[in-house]
Amino acid sequence: MNEFNWTYIAVVVVGIFGLFAFLSTVVISLTWYERKTLARIQMRAGPSRVGPHGLLQPMADVFKLITKEDIRPTNSSGMLFWSAPIIVFVSAFLVWLTVPFADGAVVAPQELGLLYIVAISTVGIVGLLIAGYTSSSKYSVLGGIRAAAQLVSYEIPIIVVVLAIAVLVQSLDLRDVVLGNEVTIGERVISFGGQGAIPFAFIMPLGLIVFILAGLAELGRTPFDIHHAESEVVGGPFLEYSGAHWAVFFLAEYINTFVIAALTILLFFGGWSWPSPPESIFGTALEEWQTDALGVGWFLFKTYMVVGLFFWFRGTYPRLRIDQLMAFGWKSLIPLSFVNFILMSIVIFYDWPLWTMTTFSVPILIGGLYFGARRTARKADPSTVQMYRRASRDDGGNKLVPDGTGD
Amino acid sequence: MTESGITTNVIDKGRGMADMLINMGPQHPATHGVFRMELALDSEMIVDVTPHIGYLHRGSEKLFENEIYSQIITLFDRLDYISNFNNELGLVMAVEKLMDLEVPDRAEYIRVILCELNRIASHLVFIGTFALDMGALTPSLYNFRDREKILALFEATSGARMMHNFFRVGGIKQDVIADFPARVTTLLGELEAGIDEADKMLSLGEVFVERTRGIGVIDGDVALDWGLSGATLRASGVPYDVRIEEPYSVYDRFDFGVPVGSAGDCWDRYYLRVLEARESIKIIRQALQQMEPGPVQAKVRAIARPPKGEVYVHAENPRGDFGVYLVSEGAESPYRLKVRPPSFCNLMALRDLLIGHYIADSVVILGSLDIVLGEVDR
Repeated sequence: MNEFNWTYIAVVVVGIFGLFAFLSTVVISLTWYERKTLARIQMRAGPSRVGPHGLLQPMADVFKLITKEDIRPTNSSGMLFWSAPIIVFVSAFLVWLTVPFADGAVVAPQELGLLYIVAISTVGIVGLLIAGYTSSSKYSVLGGIRAAAQLVSYEIPIIVVVLAIAVLVQSLDLRDVVLGNEVTIGERVISFGGQGAIPFAFIMPLGLIVFILAGLAELGRTPFDIHHAESEVVGGPFLEYSGAHWAVFFLAEYINTFVIAALTILLFFGGWSWPSPPESIFGTALEEWQTDALGVGWFLFKTYMVVGLFFWFRGTYPRLRIDQLMAFGWKSLIPLSFVNFILMSIVIFYDWPLWTMTTFSVPILIGGLYFGARRTARKADPSTVQMYRRASRDDGGNKLVPDGTGD
Repeated sequence: MTESGITTNVIDKGRGMADMLINMGPQHPATHGVFRMELALDSEMIVDVTPHIGYLHRGSEKLFENEIYSQIITLFDRLDYISNFNNELGLVMAVEKLMDLEVPDRAEYIRVILCELNRIASHLVFIGTFALDMGALTPSLYNFRDREKILALFEATSGARMMHNFFRVGGIKQDVIADFPARVTTLLGELEAGIDEADKMLSLGEVFVERTRGIGVIDGDVALDWGLSGATLRASGVPYDVRIEEPYSVYDRFDFGVPVGSAGDCWDRYYLRVLEARESIKIIRQALQQMEPGPVQAKVRAIARPPKGEVYVHAENPRGDFGVYLVSEGAESPYRLKVRPPSFCNLMALRDLLIGHYIADSVVILGSLDIVLGEVDR
């Protein structure tokens, strides 16, 4: 044990700083991306004054936030109040240590990476709870409690979907999830050739839908932005924060958004692996760093697409109520995620070909959508509203009667 | 009084055990102005509500008594500040009724067109802010875009986007611009498309229905007892519209429908307004057809002096039954001018509606009542 691996430490430290710089850039780009996407959906221009196409607007915002006065409510408890944003941010940041951007581009590869991600991403809720509790504001308390109550209803589906992936790949390492894996259990060899050929989105579409919906709830984005709903709890846990500390919350929110999008890509859309090897597209043999760079670019491109989907949701949907979210989580997402998990286990156990999983999943997905739509259609019944008209003169003239009986 | 300065008596008279008192407003994004509610909560469930109004009180009704009638019109603009023409109409009708004035037909038609356009503008604002209360950002921007087109027409007609001061005792200030009918016709086409867009985006949307169906239900009888009016009353299944029951102006010359709900919940209250906006378009089309050239102002003295007497006039505003009670001593200012603001009366049912709902529903229910604080507080 006296041999201390200094190289590894140095790599990790440099990696952490690099990752921080990278993620800050990503967050800055995401704020611009979100504002532009929303603006396009809402038929307006969005930021357009600072820099070309408003590209420097996020920098101006950051500068404003950092130079603002940092106010602490008199009745709040100092240390906890200040530590809450740090807890939220650190947990969001730590997740990224084990997320691979490409085969070699990962700060700290871990064999149990998936479990690590699921575990660490939950810690942020503690920060939200502390922020809500120590702000000495009732709205913040409500927001913090909501965040904690929400947790259980989305965390279980996420974990179970991730477990289904682990069953399929027989590994919890994210690189294996993308590149494929081969395990020998007794005499049986379970192998999977990597997502380059078939992304998991085609194998378990059910898992994909559940993961994206539960992921949205984890992020607290529309339609599940319940814990910081502006029109109800006025920002929830963030209500009393200002200046740099609020900016840290903000940073964590966007990093989390990016991590869920990145996980969607890694778990379901093949991560950095190109649809066909880059060599075959460019026609020449590529160096390793070139392949990696192409992989990172492709991965980031796909991740931004998923983030764009989240922004699209935000421009489209109203917000659910907390009890409706929990009912949705417990009654729909959790059963569906378990169905997905059990089907996957059966397919792997009996060594059926993977397309059987697709044939199982698609009818269940369509059935679920059908029942959901039918339930809504029953509630969304416009026939409760009827048109009335002025009665004919024979019926007494100036009064309202149902349409068809008037003149 | 507790430490934070909120009275605690609301717990004593409440219907259950409250474990938290929360003060919503007057600075809260979802209270539509400066309305304030004290909510007694059992976790997220509302146990009791104490509404507080008066943050926008300007003493309008006392001011009326010291102004001449043409000045009062400007004050009426500021009551319900998103349906200004409808307010003005209420006042001038009261004075005209007391003076027994015959208003030229053209003036009446222009009044109706402007009032119905204003109704559409007001309903567009309602739909947008209602969606915003539920966290849907986009409809509000779409609807404010369409409303802006209406306001641009108002500006071309009266010189002001909102505080028009355009109606006069016995007519209107001046005839409309030459291309008014053409502009209105174009505008109506755009509005129809805009209303359809908002309707498609919201009305039958899964989350929207989930949030509004069965929320804030009020029965027809109870609604009548509270004195509700307008779409809020009709949503509960009471077919009552002043434009039909006691036709004023030239409303008896148009064929239009009045949507009436039956569920009495937030969804019905919302959807009625979508349909009402469409019916308003029909009214405007008919008015444009029937309108003929002619004078727009009856012969009235520059400073109107209604004879001694009293009169009550009411009209269907976008928010409900807008009543004006005028007592004149024969002077150039009224002896007393009392306004029955529909927002104020509709707000009265709030406590009954809120108790037993979640805190998230409180903003939806308050939004569905469609109050304007300028009118509530006066």
